[in-house]
Amino acid sequence: VSAETSSTADQYQLNLRKGVTEISGQVYDLHMLMFIICVVIAVLVFGAMFWSMFFHRKSRGAQPANFHESVKVEIAWTVVPFIILVVMAFPAAKTLIAMEDPENSEVTILVTGSQWKWHYKYMENDVEYYSVMATQQEQINNKFAKGENYLLEVDRPLVIPTGKKVRFLVTSDDVIHSWWVPDFAVKKDANPGFINEAWTNVNEPGIYRGQCAELCGKDHGFMPIVVIAKEPAEYQAWVNEQEDIQRKAKEEEQRLLAMNMTMEELMVTGEQVYLRACAACHQPNGQGLPGVFPALVGSDMVLNDMTAHLDVVINGKAGTAMQAFAKQLTMSELAAVITYERNAWGNDTGDMVQAKDINAVMTGQ
Amino acid sequence: MAQQQQEQVYEKYYVPDQSPWPIVGAVALFLIAYGAGNFVIEQTKGESGYGGWTLLAGIATLIFMLVGWFRNQIHESMSGLYSAQLGRSYRQGMAWFIFSEVMFFAAFFGALFYARVIALPWLDGASNNAMTAEVLWPNFEAIWPLTKTPGGVETTAMGWMGLPLYNTIILLISSVTCHFAHVALEKQQRTKLIAFMAVTILLGLFFLVLQVEEYVHAYREMNLTLQSGIYGNTFFLLTGFHGMHVTLGTIILIVLFLRILKGHFTPENHFAFQAGSWYWHFVDVVWVMLFFFVYIL
Amino acid sequence: MSTATTELGHDDHHHHAPSGIKRWLYTTNHKDIGTLYLWFAFIMFLIGGAMAMVIRAELFQPGLQIVDPNFFNQMTTVHGLIMVFGAVMPAFTGLANWLVPMMIGAPDMALPRMNNWSFWILPMAFSILLASLFMEGGGPAFGWTFYAPLSTTYSNDTTALFVFSVHIMGISSIMGAINVIVTIFNMRAPGMTWMKMPLFVWTWLITAFLLIAVMPVLAGAVTMVLTDKFFGTSFFSASGGGDPVMFQHIFWFFGHPEVYIMILPAFGIISAIIPTFSRKKLFGYASMVYATTSIALLSFIVWAHHMFTTGMPVGAELFFMFATMLISVPTGVKVFNWVATMWRGSLTFEVPMLFALAFIVLFTIGGLSGLMLAIVPVDFQYHDTYFVVAHFHYVLVTGAIFSIMAAVYYWLPKWTGKMFDITLAKWHFWCSLISVNVLFFPMHFVGLAGMPRRIPDYALQFADFNKWISLGGFAFGLSQLIFLALLIKACRKKGEPVSDQVWEGAEGLEWEIPSPAPYHTFETPPVIK
Ligand code: HEA
Ligand code: HEA
Ligand code: CUA
Ligand SMILES: [Cu+2]
Repeated sequence: VSAETSSTADQYQLNLRKGVTEISGQVYDLHMLMFIICVVIAVLVFGAMFWSMFFHRKSRGAQPANFHESVKVEIAWTVVPFIILVVMAFPAAKTLIAMEDPENSEVTILVTGSQWKWHYKYMENDVEYYSVMATQQEQINNKFAKGENYLLEVDRPLVIPTGKKVRFLVTSDDVIHSWWVPDFAVKKDANPGFINEAWTNVNEPGIYRGQCAELCGKDHGFMPIVVIAKEPAEYQAWVNEQEDIQRKAKEEEQRLLAMNMTMEELMVTGEQVYLRACAACHQPNGQGLPGVFPALVGSDMVLNDMTAHLDVVINGKAGTAMQAFAKQLTMSELAAVITYERNAWGNDTGDMVQAKDINAVMTGQ
Repeated sequence: MAQQQQEQVYEKYYVPDQSPWPIVGAVALFLIAYGAGNFVIEQTKGESGYGGWTLLAGIATLIFMLVGWFRNQIHESMSGLYSAQLGRSYRQGMAWFIFSEVMFFAAFFGALFYARVIALPWLDGASNNAMTAEVLWPNFEAIWPLTKTPGGVETTAMGWMGLPLYNTIILLISSVTCHFAHVALEKQQRTKLIAFMAVTILLGLFFLVLQVEEYVHAYREMNLTLQSGIYGNTFFLLTGFHGMHVTLGTIILIVLFLRILKGHFTPENHFAFQAGSWYWHFVDVVWVMLFFFVYIL
Repeated sequence: MSTATTELGHDDHHHHAPSGIKRWLYTTNHKDIGTLYLWFAFIMFLIGGAMAMVIRAELFQPGLQIVDPNFFNQMTTVHGLIMVFGAVMPAFTGLANWLVPMMIGAPDMALPRMNNWSFWILPMAFSILLASLFMEGGGPAFGWTFYAPLSTTYSNDTTALFVFSVHIMGISSIMGAINVIVTIFNMRAPGMTWMKMPLFVWTWLITAFLLIAVMPVLAGAVTMVLTDKFFGTSFFSASGGGDPVMFQHIFWFFGHPEVYIMILPAFGIISAIIPTFSRKKLFGYASMVYATTSIALLSFIVWAHHMFTTGMPVGAELFFMFATMLISVPTGVKVFNWVATMWRGSLTFEVPMLFALAFIVLFTIGGLSGLMLAIVPVDFQYHDTYFVVAHFHYVLVTGAIFSIMAAVYYWLPKWTGKMFDITLAKWHFWCSLISVNVLFFPMHFVGLAGMPRRIPDYALQFADFNKWISLGGFAFGLSQLIFLALLIKACRKKGEPVSDQVWEGAEGLEWEIPSPAPYHTFETPPVIK
């Protein structure tokens, strides 16, 4: 019920959000200050204009006056606006300097954008993962009803502690993205090859949503950000749990190296992985987008060149949009998806790839 | 008083008749742009296509247009249709064109300065980029010339002694000889004019030969190529565009030379010559800037 | 303000306009070339507008309806490119061609053949750009700002065509600008001193200077994009020692002056129209000239206000914020001047005046939102949202485009010798005025509420306003068809004949020659007292 009310409240939101941090509050005040000054100026200017339009119109018998050029007036309307600008400049500079000071943070998170997902890495802990939009394709294509957080939901949100200064190191693997959470008043471009810093200190626990704010290609509109702010104790518990899970996953992966999956298992996992990681570019039907993303159906490499296929999926292809998936998928997932690509959509090569094959390529054997 | 002066200088302005050449020129640019675009695409894909041919057709059309247009122009000029005021229009037009060329080079000089003064130090942790260096490029060191890129491509720096220095001297001398040619033209000293023009052209050609030699040396022995990171990029784009301008300048000088042989110019009426010599001086000044910022500093 | 003493425009008979297609292909006449430019610009406005209609149709409701995201990005990109380089700039150049010689008493532009060349390059350039939409991989999809590396490593191959097409449209602009400058420097009639020049001439002179200064920089930017994409350079890639943000610096060094290129001539137009229909001299001519110059100079040191979120050091952010705020002062001087001109005038509301008045109000709204954008801490919230889209459509559509329409209505009777269809014109004005605000005003709201720009689909809370925005957009698009009808009618020389002065209160050389303006004017220069 509360979700219902909050979403209808949003519907007619006209103004900027006040947000949930001290900085975002200052930004909101600054916005309101600017807004009011602008409205006052507009009212004065338009008022004078409408006054003359009404009272000095020819049809009311107005005779044109003959005055022009007045140094006094002209100096006045140069100096007064200048003073107004100075009044605006002070609070703006003050807030800006505070916003750009990431010193003394307690938690540092490396935020990496890539087409079209976010990667979060906790610099002080052994936790890192990708965060991908969770809205179903069917909702986007108007086949299913749209959920409440349509386009603003992800599979794995970022989790941060409340009441602590959290520093974000923002960068990118490919094109420029921009990490934006309105409620924190944080928007920082993710530039490939460089790291920008931003920070926040959230007061209230809650779920905060944002989006990628720099055109980054086809799915720029489908790259949301979800941040959960938890009380420090809860946050710590979450971190411990994640460290545990990630350690276990690594052990599991080592174990899987020794095992062989069946074709069926490979194809089922492969399809899931494909739809999650590859379909955005190569399309669900493997046809790609001609001239933009190559087709996998009938591709010479997929059909005939296993070594090249493994290499391009694991290491990516420099100078193109093809990413290196080694760091994004587990070895068994890589094995499954490559198997899937070699056998789906009539590519029936019958080839099977196992996790240990991937391991061999990755360790250079 | 100023007004009176203006009245005197205003003559009947020559408004030229219709001409087919501009639209031929527009078609030429279409073929060049469309052809070059497709040519580049075909080259990267390793496909064959009509791009290269379209480009060539465009260049041929452009040359055809230039020859035709200039022939008309020379004819009109020689038959005394032009006024002093028109001459001023041409001169001012040329001056602003050269200004636009200066701004074109400014973009690349800007890139050079930005890379040296900002991008590289930042990659090495300067300003607000401490984490850039720490997390992304721990082994990178910002030096100029950048002999090792953050990605690890290595190259060698091009010194300023030797070829570049000779080239500087050659161009500086050519600028002087070009000026002497102009003086000779204004004093109607025909032999001197021809001699100085010939020397200027030869120096221009000599510069180009040396420049090609330098490129061969850079590619073969120094591993300095267009792909060598920002140092090679700025080096080749700046010197390359400059080289293209020298080539164009030399062609202009050759055309002027032929026209001098035909006795086209008079001390009063030689806009084409003046434009050509301005262009040549401009190319020289750019080189001096290049020599200083690309080679020495 | 200035009077001409020599006999004017007597030479209608001995130089007839050549007829047939060759008249247009080979022409060296500034009026013909002006007409060509204006029609070209209008057609581009319709094509760019049609793309905006695709954008608005897709954004009519949440979900993907009619186009896929990749095509949507192409529409956004090409819409921006076409409107900026194909509609607004050529329209202003067309007006300059028609008016500058007539206003300064020159027989033609200084370099008439180059003038023809400048024009005919444009259709060539835009046919290449538009053709790329139909090629494999589609047209450019990286925004009109083509930020690297989206436009380099991650773009499709037709980027090469985009690059070369921008090159040749740049050549066209530069030649056009050289022509304007040389004409103004060298062809003023005796007595037409600098401080007697109409403001439209002044603003265009300064615009032309901006063009020559920054178009070559754009050429440099696209060249580096080309070599980064196809020839292995790394200007915009950190691993080779370059920087993607360097692209933005180079682009906006061009891009910011570019937006003033699209507004300074508008200031000149409004400064001509307001005094005419107020029947009163412009309040401060000299201060208008100085304000224009100040805006142009300041425009070179504010470019990074488009880049506040790129991670510049705080010192640079402060510098660019203060410099940007300063531009409000000379712009304010202009607005105040117009209002002071109207003050105690004797106002009538003919169609050009209606558009000019709408311009003042709506441009100021756009300017004030620009000022809000200049405040860095809040720009972090506004940047890359529809708030920015609202800002620039107010200054561009209700600014630049409205001023162009005002200009066309103002001078059209002089061009054709007939009054345009006033009823249609009034319909055009009122429909446009209402729909344009339904179209662009709510963009402020969705922007503040957090809707990013350049997205084909949006969260549910933005749905209501987007519906209104789209409806406003369709209505505004349809309103332009009224304008099309009116123009066709005007070109077929329908309507009441007009006097030489056309508008009671109009002053300047162009109102002293016959209506329609003869094919050749001022073969012997008038003397201005
Ligand atoms: C004609 C085009 C035009 C014009 C004239 C302007 C004018 C201004 N613009 Fe705008 N702008 C654009 C076109 C234009 N802009 C475009 C196209 C973009 C987006 C590009 C893209 O990303 O695609 C953009 C984006 C843009 C941004 C970047 C936003 C972002 O991406 O985050 C900023 C930020 O500072 C900005 C600021 C300004 C300012 C301060 C002015 C000033 O010149 C306005 C001055 C006018 C006034 C202030 C009103 C009148 C003055 C008074 C009545 C006087 C009294 C007032 C005071 C002194 C307070 N503009
Ligand atoms: C002067 C410049 C100019 C003009 C006039 C316009 C005019 C319009 N623009 Fe603008 N726009 C830009 C410059 C301009 N725009 C720029 C620079 C961008 C940024 C691009 C980028 O992000 O890279 C942009 C982006 C932009 C967006 C954001 C897209 C996005 O971020 O995804 C939107 C969305 O609504 C939009 C809408 C409109 C609309 C509805 C009009 C209307 O005013 C259009 C009016 C409609 C018509 C004139 C059509 C009339 C004709 C018909 C109805 C029939 C035609 C049929 C045929 C010819 C077959 N524009
Ligand atoms: Cu990532 Cu937009
Ligand atoms: Cu700007």
